[in-house]
Amino acid sequence: MGMKKLKVTIDGKTIEVPENTTVLDAARMLDIQIPTLCHHPKLTPFGGCRLCIVEIKGIPRPVTSCTTPASDGMEVTTSSPQMEDLRKTVLELILSDHPNDCMVCEKAGDCTLQELAYFYGIRENRFAGERRIYEKKDGNPFLERDMEKCILCGRCVKVCDEVQGVGAIDFTYRGFKSKICPPYEKDLNCEFCGQCVAVCPTGALTGKQWSLRGRQKDIKEIDTICPYCGTGCNITLHVRRNDVVRITSREDTWNEGWLCVKGRFGYKFINSPDRLKKPLIRITPKKDTGNRGYGDTEKNFTHSPIHPFTVSSNFREVSWNEALDYIAERLNDIKSKHGADAIGGLSSARCTNEENYLFQKFMRAAVGTNNVDHCARL
Amino acid sequence: MNKSITIQVCMGTGGMAAGGSEVLDAFESLMREKNIPAEFKKECSMHKVGCRGLCARDVLVDVIADNRRTIYQYIKPEMVERIVDEHIVGGNPVSEWQVDEDYHKFHEKQVKVVLSDCGNIDPEDINAYMAVDGYKAVEKVFASMTPEEVIDMIKKSGLRGRGGAGFPTGVKWEACRKAEAGQKYIICNADEGDPGAFMDRAVIEGNPHAVIEGMIIGAYAIGASKGYVYIRAEYPLAVERLKKAINVSRERGFLGKNIFGKGFDFDIKIKLGAGAFVCGEETALIASIEGQRGMPRAKPPFPVHRGLWGKPTVINNVETLANIPYIIKKGHEWFSSYGTEKSKGTKVFALTGKIKNSGLIEVPMGITLREIIYDIGGGIENEKALKAVQTGGPSGGCITTGMLDINMDYESLAKVGSIVGSGGMIVLDEDDCMVNVAKYFLQFTQSESCGKCVPCRIGTKRLLEIMDRITKGAGRQGDIELLEKLSNDIKAASLCGLGQTAPNPVLSTIKYFREEYEAHLQGKCPAKACNELLTYHIIEEFCKGCGACLRACPAGAITGEKKKPHTIAPEICIKCGACFDVCKFKAVGKE
Ligand SMILES: Cc1cc2nc3c(=O)[nH]c(=O)nc-3n(C[C@H](O)[C@H](O)[C@H](O)COP(=O)(O)O)c2cc1C
Ligand code: SF4
Ligand code: SF4
Ligand code: SF4
Ligand code: SF4
Ligand code: SF4
Ligand code: FES
Ligand code: FES
Repeated sequence: MGMKKLKVTIDGKTIEVPENTTVLDAARMLDIQIPTLCHHPKLTPFGGCRLCIVEIKGIPRPVTSCTTPASDGMEVTTSSPQMEDLRKTVLELILSDHPNDCMVCEKAGDCTLQELAYFYGIRENRFAGERRIYEKKDGNPFLERDMEKCILCGRCVKVCDEVQGVGAIDFTYRGFKSKICPPYEKDLNCEFCGQCVAVCPTGALTGKQWSLRGRQKDIKEIDTICPYCGTGCNITLHVRRNDVVRITSREDTWNEGWLCVKGRFGYKFINSPDRLKKPLIRITPKKDTGNRGYGDTEKNFTHSPIHPFTVSSNFREVSWNEALDYIAERLNDIKSKHGADAIGGLSSARCTNEENYLFQKFMRAAVGTNNVDHCARL
Repeated sequence: MNKSITIQVCMGTGGMAAGGSEVLDAFESLMREKNIPAEFKKECSMHKVGCRGLCARDVLVDVIADNRRTIYQYIKPEMVERIVDEHIVGGNPVSEWQVDEDYHKFHEKQVKVVLSDCGNIDPEDINAYMAVDGYKAVEKVFASMTPEEVIDMIKKSGLRGRGGAGFPTGVKWEACRKAEAGQKYIICNADEGDPGAFMDRAVIEGNPHAVIEGMIIGAYAIGASKGYVYIRAEYPLAVERLKKAINVSRERGFLGKNIFGKGFDFDIKIKLGAGAFVCGEETALIASIEGQRGMPRAKPPFPVHRGLWGKPTVINNVETLANIPYIIKKGHEWFSSYGTEKSKGTKVFALTGKIKNSGLIEVPMGITLREIIYDIGGGIENEKALKAVQTGGPSGGCITTGMLDINMDYESLAKVGSIVGSGGMIVLDEDDCMVNVAKYFLQFTQSESCGKCVPCRIGTKRLLEIMDRITKGAGRQGDIELLEKLSNDIKAASLCGLGQTAPNPVLSTIKYFREEYEAHLQGKCPAKACNELLTYHIIEEFCKGCGACLRACPAGAITGEKKKPHTIAPEICIKCGACFDVCKFKAVGKE
């Protein structure tokens, strides 16, 4: 099917774009910057912040470039004294209802609003007035919502609906009192995927665990893969002095920057003292009941004040070689005494497809049993 | 005794509120109980009618005997017996209860098209509508007109949308007709959210079948098989009558499958709105029908291309649609013989405020404001001086006394910074403070803003704050200029019509009454309406020392001995005005 091409001129530069391209996208193709706050390339257009307004020849009033489809022969001006003046008014209005909080805000340095205020040099505010004051109430351990910083760009609402398919939040109330919140202003009770946090252009939505762990300075970004499941999402660790303070995901990766609650917020284990780093072999319990392993009765561990699976007097740290030798020995032992079907294998959803393939191959070909399964019940 | 008698009892919302159904009951039971010959009873019919405009005089009752109509006003159930005895049985109308000359003058200059059957037929009886050629237009369309011919006729009539923007209806229909899609929709916009507007409600309550007929014709013209009426739940009577009308219309085969055997299917659903002003905006209305929060979206694409559930959709106002059957029946030349060059036909206005005869009127486009105020409205209440007329409700502007000869049409009103809008018309007199009036409208638009876009959500709030401080005597130098600047920016940058027009009352009052704003900055409210700017004092020579004010003052600011002039301590006075209201000797002054 031959795609119709449209010729658009923006600030004197001409470009051909496919049908259904917005003026904003066309401008970006030309490397022309138009300020935006509510627009997100992966979400349907909203048109609420009004910063992306442009002038189009033949249309009497400014239009938002993020919502307006380009048409053939269109002539667009993105910047003029009137446009810049309107943008400044809009920004001033937003800031007139915003806590002056950058100094201690989690988002400072990575905040679109802050950056725009900087570019437009907004110090005084002609429109200073009442500000929305809200109580914070987040019982969950993941998301921090500071709705006084919310600019109602609607991105969180859209991502939750369009990407996550959850619809946990929406606009409520009208006029100046409009607010984004869960139904009936109840506490948030959702998947806590944090997709909304990822798209929020301000400090209204942040991660609880990020708090006071460092913002921009001394932070190294390290790209890696989420270890939790075979989906293998790309993640970026924000590391400050060997401490992971935050996890994000780049939009240009195959998972498009979207993560689940585990990948985004489940990183505390990295520096946890409970984390296992070496293989452990259980010291033979005092009283041998003939049973071994997890099925053992609890009384074997009653003398231990700590969790049975952590390094304790019940376990001995060993090298990988020793551990693997031990496993091979025990498997052979069981197999010869009780037959191969006395053995079952359970592999992990955190392994890759290839690893899981190898595991079942090992169970079937080396051990000789079909008792194999894995825990991918996510 | 008369031979054939018809009794019509007003049961519009005004009539119902004044006791219309009790009055009708009284007629019915008295006619039953009284010793009236059965033969005569057969000739006598009684029914309800919709609003006829002068609701303040309800319950209005018409008795038509031998083709002579007698109109009674302010009728209560207990008055019915005398009417039955003296007029219906005795043949002598009760003269002191009849309407006065004002009532007739109110109607004289009106031209009724949309309201022509409203107030005359029983809105709950399809036969009554059919008796006045109802559904003849649909019949004609199906028998002899192609969709294109219908569109052509509406285009030639010059009919423009009555919902506010005045977009040519035929052009809108044509665009939707041309849009290619398997499914199309037609929506009747009966949200009517402007404060003080009740035109659409009256039309639906008074003649619901005309709206349905207009929708069927529109659907046929654009090729829609489904229609919606979006109506606010606060209009229970209109909803009930509309529901009934749709059901009966379906029973008679005007709605449903294969209408008139022409292979055309069309049916109508009612969707109740929750009373948000912004849901009258077409894209917000569509979102609301789809089950989403009613928030407008940017256009293009326009609803005629991508409307309800992404399908081509025509949205028309109630009054627009109610015009359609009459244009089809009587021809576009007839319709366009009313009005001005660019504004054809008639317009229904809700005339309210400080006017003697407030109510619902239908006038030819282009009539002067003077005719409306003085001929139809009977002039200003209590012999006060007219100050201005606000048209177009919260999206409109004011027209001053110097412009009374302005023609009421789209272009002329736009020229002076106001709009026809949906037809609200509020008359203001010398006691009205223009700053306060603008503040009132702004309060409304601010609280009704959907919150989507910044200029409207925050901008109107800031305008309101500035207006508020001006009316409280805390205005600052430069505030008027700031209001103008912010207003213009909000108009330019807002997404939908609500934000784009919300500053109009502010701009237009500044334009025509700048000196009132300036006076407020100097600490004075010329109309003496802004309480914070007033001081109350007692005029010694009038004060009889009766002590009424002293007892009325809740703050204990008034002192004085009996029979000696009293005094108000300004530092204690909370400016509630209780003393002013209570003094019989006009001894309390405010300024
Ligand atoms: C804030 C706002 C409120 C509106 N409310 C109404 C309304 O209550 N009724 C109506 O018919 N049109 C209303 N409109 C206009 C509609 O968007 C639309 O233009 C109209 O229904 C089209 O019908 P028409 O062409 O027959 O006038 C409103 C517009 C705005 C911006
Ligand atoms: S959200 Fe942005 S602008 Fe607001 S306080 Fe935080 S850093 Fe500053
Ligand atoms: S965390 Fe995920 S599910 Fe919860 S509100 Fe945000 S986007 Fe929606
Ligand atoms: S919470 Fe953030 S993403 Fe959501 S509307 Fe507010 S500013 Fe936008
Ligand atoms: S656990 Fe979640 S974030 Fe991690 S790879 Fe799987 S889906 Fe992606
Ligand atoms: S102008 Fe006002 S009502 Fe319209 S979209 Fe913007 S915020 Fe909503
Ligand atoms: S980016 Fe276009 S309106 Fe916000
Ligand atoms: S309702 Fe009776 S005249 Fe309006």
